Amino acid sequence: MTFKQMFTSSVGKKLIMGFTGIFLVLFLVVHAGLNACIWAMDGGVMFNRAGHFMGSNVVPRILEVGLFFFIFLHIIQGYMLTLQNRSKRAVGYAVNYSKGSKWYSRSMAILGTILLMFFVIHWKHFWVPSRITGVEEIKLPNGVEVHNLYAVMQETFQNIWVVVFYVVSCISLAYHLAHGFQSAFKTIGVHNKRYHAMISCIGYGFAIIIPLAFAMMPISFYLHWVN
Amino acid sequence: MAHNNLNLKLKVWRQKNANTTGAFVKYDVNDISDEMSFLEMLDVLNEKLIVTGEEPIAFDHDCREGICGMCSLYIDGKPHGPWEANTTCQLHMRAFKDGDTITIEPWRSNAFPIVKDLTVDRGAFDRIIQAGGYVSVNTGNAVDGNSLPINKDNADASFAAAMCIGCGACVAACKNSSAMLFLSAKVSHLALLPQGEPERKSRVLNMVAQMDKEGFGSCTNTGACEAACPKEISIANIARLNKEYLRAGLTAE
Repeated sequence: MTFKQMFTSSVGKKLIMGFTGIFLVLFLVVHAGLNACIWAMDGGVMFNRAGHFMGSNVVPRILEVGLFFFIFLHIIQGYMLTLQNRSKRAVGYAVNYSKGSKWYSRSMAILGTILLMFFVIHWKHFWVPSRITGVEEIKLPNGVEVHNLYAVMQETFQNIWVVVFYVVSCISLAYHLAHGFQSAFKTIGVHNKRYHAMISCIGYGFAIIIPLAFAMMPISFYLHWVN
Repeated sequence: MAHNNLNLKLKVWRQKNANTTGAFVKYDVNDISDEMSFLEMLDVLNEKLIVTGEEPIAFDHDCREGICGMCSLYIDGKPHGPWEANTTCQLHMRAFKDGDTITIEPWRSNAFPIVKDLTVDRGAFDRIIQAGGYVSVNTGNAVDGNSLPINKDNADASFAAAMCIGCGACVAACKNSSAMLFLSAKVSHLALLPQGEPERKSRVLNMVAQMDKEGFGSCTNTGACEAACPKEISIANIARLNKEYLRAGLTAE
């Protein structure tokens, strides 16, 4: 058996979704942790320093390439699987079976599409100015000149519709994670009851805490909880 | 116990054969005892249809004891009807109320083509079993069963997986028409026993390859299969299947 055969079978395709999903879960921890620096209440000094480290150090830059690769692999594979799976039932049911599963488990593609729309707008707000079109510089107390991404956040989150869109996207992320977290571990073969109970518990906790932390960021700026 | 007779309206999928398009046909069935099984209710309707010169409704059945896996039917939006952990043949009419309209559909999946009315061809499951759901044993005298010790937990888990009767309710319930609950039960049943060890890797790889050839979808762990399964096969078997596949795929020559 070749690796190509292995990862293109129905189980193999799901393994790709599971492994890339777990990588993206780890990325969310890093992203939320770094962004939490906005709550240092120091006018954005710590946040801008953290942003400068992520943009200038070689390790995060290499990881960023991996991140883009895995995120697009997850998106493309997800859409391909959804289309293939839908094609397996040419004639549908008159009465649908919905009692046996959660609505968000059946709606991963729709939740994922909302997240994809969010990514495009999120990248336009922050990644493109930071990497391509340029951001106003600010001098840190130690004399280093860095992108003032804190000011970009402050400005972006003054628009109520942007804040609402970010919060709705965080709710989509929460439901995507509520299914995706534990499903990814099942997919890569965790079947032991003890681990499964633990992973389900951590998964639901993760699906609440991380999206809540992200949602609080635009809200904090809009309501001037941070200055 | 009180005995009641029911008057019901049925919406039944009628289709002449695989090459024609089908449609729902409405029937009234009256004076149905609530002690009848669902299939006996259909028998009553068919007797009536035969008398009036109409073609009787084709549906699969065999043992009518809930153990053979032949009966199917997607009743009011659930495989094997409203009761949990139950086959259609063991569904009784007391599950319904007088005046109910019951919608009866066949299993829907491209891999289970309709033969006639409510009967589908589940030969795909047989071909998946043929691809690896067995152990190869040379002929000769049977060895003493006690010569092969088996861990009790594994024996129980294997037996629970072996409960699968291959009815196809998992495929019918799954939004992806995935057969992975069935396949995982068959793989787990043998992977947990020492007798299954010699063919452990080739079994899972060959059975997954055959399942894909048959045109079933991929699992997305929604849990609908487990909820619909008349034998309560655990979805944990699918995670075990994934582990078996990963292990076999990574270590294959």
